Amino acid sequence: MGLLDKLKRGKIEGVDNTTYLTLKDERRISKENNKIIKKYEKENNRKNVSEEEYLTQMMDPANVVEFDNLHTYFFTDVGTVKSVNGVSFDIPQGQIVGVVGESGCGKSVTSLSLMRLVQAPTGQIVSGSIRYQDKDGKCYDITKMPKDRMLKIRGKDIAMIFQEPMTSLNPVFKIGYQMDEVVLLHTEGATPESAKARSIEMLNLVGIAAVEKVYNSYPHELSGGMRQRVMIAMALSCNPRLIIADEPTTALDVTIQAQILELLRDIKEKINGSIMLITHDLGVIAEMVDTVVVMYAGRIIEKGTVREIFHNPKHPYTIGLMKSKPGSHNTKGDRLYSIKGQVPNPINMPNHCYFYNRCDKAMGICSQEYPGMIQFSPTHFAACHLYNEDGSDKSEEEKERR
Amino acid sequence: MNNDDILIVNNLKKYYPVSKISFGKNKSYVKAVDDVSFTIKRGTTMGLVGESGCGKTTVGRTILRLHEVTDGQVIFDGKDLSEIPSRELRKMRPQIQMIFQDPYSSLSPRLPVGEIIGEAVKEHKIVPKEQYRSYILKVMRDCGLQPQYYYRYPHEFSGGQRQRISIARAVALNPKFIICDEPLSALDVSIQAQIINLMKDLQEQYGYTYLFISHDLSVVEYISDTIGVMYLGSMMEMGDKKRIFANPMHPYTKALLSAVPISNPDVKMNRIILKGDIPSPINPPSGCKFRTRCPHAMPICAEKKPVLKEYEEGHKVACHLYSQE
Repeated sequence: MGLLDKLKRGKIEGVDNTTYLTLKDERRISKENNKIIKKYEKENNRKNVSEEEYLTQMMDPANVVEFDNLHTYFFTDVGTVKSVNGVSFDIPQGQIVGVVGESGCGKSVTSLSLMRLVQAPTGQIVSGSIRYQDKDGKCYDITKMPKDRMLKIRGKDIAMIFQEPMTSLNPVFKIGYQMDEVVLLHTEGATPESAKARSIEMLNLVGIAAVEKVYNSYPHELSGGMRQRVMIAMALSCNPRLIIADEPTTALDVTIQAQILELLRDIKEKINGSIMLITHDLGVIAEMVDTVVVMYAGRIIEKGTVREIFHNPKHPYTIGLMKSKPGSHNTKGDRLYSIKGQVPNPINMPNHCYFYNRCDKAMGICSQEYPGMIQFSPTHFAACHLYNEDGSDKSEEEKERR
Repeated sequence: MNNDDILIVNNLKKYYPVSKISFGKNKSYVKAVDDVSFTIKRGTTMGLVGESGCGKTTVGRTILRLHEVTDGQVIFDGKDLSEIPSRELRKMRPQIQMIFQDPYSSLSPRLPVGEIIGEAVKEHKIVPKEQYRSYILKVMRDCGLQPQYYYRYPHEFSGGQRQRISIARAVALNPKFIICDEPLSALDVSIQAQIINLMKDLQEQYGYTYLFISHDLSVVEYISDTIGVMYLGSMMEMGDKKRIFANPMHPYTKALLSAVPISNPDVKMNRIILKGDIPSPINPPSGCKFRTRCPHAMPICAEKKPVLKEYEEGHKVACHLYSQE
């Protein structure tokens, strides 16, 4: 920042709450980061790791994936971004788990950590574990898995559907080639003919009418909905146990969104797999999922079954999110409820509740420590100081006292 | 004309030529907007909905003459915008403003916020020079921007704040009519509510008229007074918001409304799922454009193009299911 700017800023009003880093600070941070990153990269690049090192036990054998206190940080030159900061939840076999939150809340990074696709070297899984149970009941800790071993799981047992189908398909190869590649890579003893047969079977499964034509076309020749169908077909081609759908319908129109959601629901039944559905659309969540995880600024603030979250939300953020969506419950005339302010800066997060500045019900304790998870029912949890350990409302108690 | 109507669009057409190798003959056109008419009353909001590629953005841009009109009339406040010379159009510009979809690309990264908002104010001499600074600060305050942001640059702001800057830029010129082209689609849900409230507050305070282009039906339902549903460049259904949401008549509107996910896990919608995608606008289906995806298509739909006709007060539909006589 130049001297002139400083003077100008001062002229308008004295307060300026943004902190700017000097070049010296930045250099120091980047030096420290390099040290940390090197340590993690060394760990990740080890070869010939014996299987015992990453074999573990599932907490509950009915789950496919268990996130346990996962921390994924990005070591940037302006400071450490704690994108995922202690996230724990389970994905049970045969269920759809929805992850909701605003952009930047860490929902995508959580899924990328599971795929081990976090942008290295700045992004690193710092601590915690992700336990994954494969078809034979063997259980691995994905965070400790070496890179070459991960190749056998990624795309085969855990497949991913991305938000933007245009950018996730390669524009210079035909659809057929890209689909066959997946099958050839992951199926033992696959021949080009068997791979093609499998690809065509999958394209049929996702409801594409002119299969041969689509098989022989390039991504740009297809519409957005069609491309997303191809992406789903590709994800399905190796019989995955878990499909991660990262905002699969955000880039699509409502009528096409309805088609794709219907398809995903169908597919889940057919392959008897699990789906981790990441979205910011509460409507999609209400319609599709069994359990919901609400994230805010890298942490889970509430989780529960879909009915618990929608009929009896506990955390002020979840309540605000529901109220701020225009719909049948508020008509023109009354003001729309809005959560004031914005998501805090991800660098230098406070040590108190992250939602404190935006919360209507903030109390003294909210600015002192981060709330622990409080249990309301066997499946319903929320992290908020408003409630006592046993799940009762603190404010009501206070009223009674008065 | 009625003085209540601020904008009258008559048979607006916008065709884009497609350059295909042809010897000057049979040039094909993308009919982005094909014979669209509507009127907007002063101080109200009209919502324009439709899937991507249905021409709703083109309608907005053609009204502003960011694209030249192929055929038809755009009458704003008694003047035909499609015909007046560019010198006069320039004088009209402050009265019609636009808010764009993407707040990341619609603000110049090289200008501080004060400049962005004030550039056109200087150009059109909205206020005398002495009052310039205080006027900009007042506009910023109206839009929920703190005065110390005056010298900051767009990259220092989040999406919601940037959209506030775009709104401030439009509002600073004291417009009568603002075209909002999907102003919320790049924002998070909690921020969307803030921006909707801001837009409504400004409307109440200064009596703006909005043309609100969006694909999000729940937002349109909330903010609009009248609604137009477009499909492939044509208006399919148009009318009062309450009538359309309570009694959608066109099969496309019905499908569109039923496709919106509802945030209540116990309500299961009777969903009408449309098959296939929007056909190419270069070679649209004959007769009714929607017939290829319509669950109620009849032989007559392929032969005759349905006319937009009023069936109840303030509710027009273009469909053969209802008598066209």
